[in-house]
Amino acid sequence: MSNFKIDMREMNNINVIDLKGYLDAHTAPELEKAFQDLLEGKKFRIVVNCRDLTYISSAGLGVFMAYIEDVRKNNGDIKLSNMSPKVYNVFDLLGFPLLYDIAKDEAEAINKFNTLQY
Amino acid sequence: MMAATMSTKMNTIQLKIKSQTEKLSFVREFVSDAAQKFGFDEESVNKIALAVDEACTNIIKHSYNYVPNKDIDIKIVTDDGNFEIIITHEGKLFDPQAIKPPDMREYLTHFRKGGLGMHLMRSLMDKVEYKILPNKRSEVHLLKRNPIKVGR
Repeated sequence: MSNFKIDMREMNNINVIDLKGYLDAHTAPELEKAFQDLLEGKKFRIVVNCRDLTYISSAGLGVFMAYIEDVRKNNGDIKLSNMSPKVYNVFDLLGFPLLYDIAKDEAEAINKFNTLQY
Repeated sequence: MMAATMSTKMNTIQLKIKSQTEKLSFVREFVSDAAQKFGFDEESVNKIALAVDEACTNIIKHSYNYVPNKDIDIKIVTDDGNFEIIITHEGKLFDPQAIKPPDMREYLTHFRKGGLGMHLMRSLMDKVEYKILPNKRSEVHLLKRNPIKVGR
């Protein structure tokens, strides 16, 4: 089996996805399914915690791209947190910090949702 | 892990895989191992592995349309400071010249969902070339130079 795992948590009306392992063309469909399930359940406030994410390719980035529009149309967001320098570099190479809210840690990402409620 | 600065000189090593995404992690390990032995630092090793992943993913997706039993050959050729990966396939040809590097801000603003792989490859490697061979084979050439090795 592949070295990739997704855990989901919900706290204070925010859904946190914990990614573990590598996110490439083989494992990206699992993340797609996770986002599909969240959106079907009308959960649009999402934090993706990348602390244990060891690798990402454009296939993984493409999953975020596929759902960000719908999530934001519904007044939600996908915020990313806890990226290693290696993973952040890939996001940065593609200019993702321009489009995505990338927080240092999960608490900061969750706080940003709360701030937006004002 | 210490990078080897003086290691057995590598000329050519080769890996053959079938066109399945589950093979990508093994390809990355194979390429990373070779790049480390060649003396690249960790950041360069990561860039090379990612670029090869992107190239193979494009072949699986676009050249072979996810048909899982096709061949992809990955050859690493080293010469002085040059570390070149040549990826050969027999799938559908696509014209990379038609895919211009996107203006990323505009691209992201319009929430485009494809074409990131090629842009990444060009950002990660020193040279990316596509060659069309006889008998329906094509090659993707990815080159990274190791400045430490030049002029030894």
